[in-house]
Amino acid sequence: MSTWTRKDLTGLDDLSAAEITFLLDTARAFKGVGNRNLKKVPALRGKTLVNFFVEPSTRTRTSFEVAAMRLSADVVNISATASSLQKGETLKDTALNLQALQADIIVLRHSSPGSPQFLAGRLDSSIINAGDGAHEHPTQGLLDIFTIREKFGRIEGLHIAIVGDILFSRVARSNIFGLLKLGAKVTLVGPSTLVPKSFEKLGVRVTHRIDDILGDVDVVNLLRIQHERQRKEYFPGLGEYVSLFGLTKARAAKLKPSCLIMHPGPINRGVEIDSDIADGDQSVILEQVTNGIAVRMAVLYSCAGGAGVPA
Amino acid sequence: MDSEAIEKAIRRMAHEIVERHESPSRIVLAGIPTRGVEVARRLADHIEKIEGVRPYLGTLDISMHRDDLSTRGKVTALEVTDLPVDLDNRPLVLVDDVFFTGRTTRAALDALASFGRPSTIQRAVLVDRGHRELPIRADYVGKNLPTAREEKIRVRFENLDGTPDSVVVIKP
Repeated sequence: MSTWTRKDLTGLDDLSAAEITFLLDTARAFKGVGNRNLKKVPALRGKTLVNFFVEPSTRTRTSFEVAAMRLSADVVNISATASSLQKGETLKDTALNLQALQADIIVLRHSSPGSPQFLAGRLDSSIINAGDGAHEHPTQGLLDIFTIREKFGRIEGLHIAIVGDILFSRVARSNIFGLLKLGAKVTLVGPSTLVPKSFEKLGVRVTHRIDDILGDVDVVNLLRIQHERQRKEYFPGLGEYVSLFGLTKARAAKLKPSCLIMHPGPINRGVEIDSDIADGDQSVILEQVTNGIAVRMAVLYSCAGGAGVPA
Repeated sequence: MDSEAIEKAIRRMAHEIVERHESPSRIVLAGIPTRGVEVARRLADHIEKIEGVRPYLGTLDISMHRDDLSTRGKVTALEVTDLPVDLDNRPLVLVDDVFFTGRTTRAALDALASFGRPSTIQRAVLVDRGHRELPIRADYVGKNLPTAREEKIRVRFENLDGTPDSVVVIKP
């Protein structure tokens, strides 16, 4: 029987295929909790979870919060503006203070890649990465993979296209690491400034022409164009992006009928995806949100339970 | 216990369950993974032979309701809980292979509360090995098997494990 013995989740790159499968299977069991009369189990009763978000986020933080509450944990939210980082305290000192407050689990979002790893090695609390710069966003990767596996019953052999701003995307990286480990074929699509050929070193294919792959893929995962991170020289302009890479009605018509359309949200209607297509039959965008709760419950449960192992 | 003894014990429990329920078709047999599910399935087969109707068969994973998550040190895979019918006002029989401390039962009672309110909850176990830590008892017992605390009980089912049905006490 497979087991989990980690106290932290810093990225999917660190996990084996068996560990990723363990979390996906566990999430399947937790998904049922959302459909019960009583949407709460006592697994983390008496545990304190701190949502420590140094970068703003509503949906990921809320999803972790709902997941923690369904597990009966107590939740404290700390945002960047409210934290002492603003007053010059270092990340480590802030985190040590959270540990001194006896937080069992710290969910960290931070703009610096590697910050969850940094804390995981220094604190006894479980550290869950909720996005570190452009590095990884493991729970988003897991929920995307969970959604795909739920629909197809497997990951191995599927062809998945990730479209858009790959260079700045932690979501893309976590998806790539997880999908490749489980045996999928991954193609990255976008302008050469945002999807450099160097990504092929990871074991994926790179193309700059979305129309070449539409008929062949089982999933298109459209990433949000992150206006706030863009610098002018990387990005052609919204109109040009839509005409070259947007999932328009005409392009959607070329997809296989079984092809899933995914997006981590928040969606820019009319940019990455046509508004009607986002609401259409092939879109699983809202199911991703629901699955996110189950996946985060599985991660919190597993890391809280795995934390008992002496290192 | 060999396969014949196991078969006999399960058949006898099926008779006892039928005797104590007015309409066996309303019963829900909820098995606790992994081998409790198999015991429940075999009980359902026997009840169907006896009564001509098959009780409802479900799976109840209790891992997320246990109170020892942070002391176990590792987490084992969870099974999907699947209860085929609304539990309200139905008799439910909780089925497992080995009855030991009673903590699994306590967690199961807690878990069931989030699905509904059965009219009665009873406990059926293939083997009762003693050493209860909670005030919980079994209603149907296949076999009482006195053990020392540090011994283990190994249950094997041919269709799950590929070895003939058996219940063996393993000395430490």
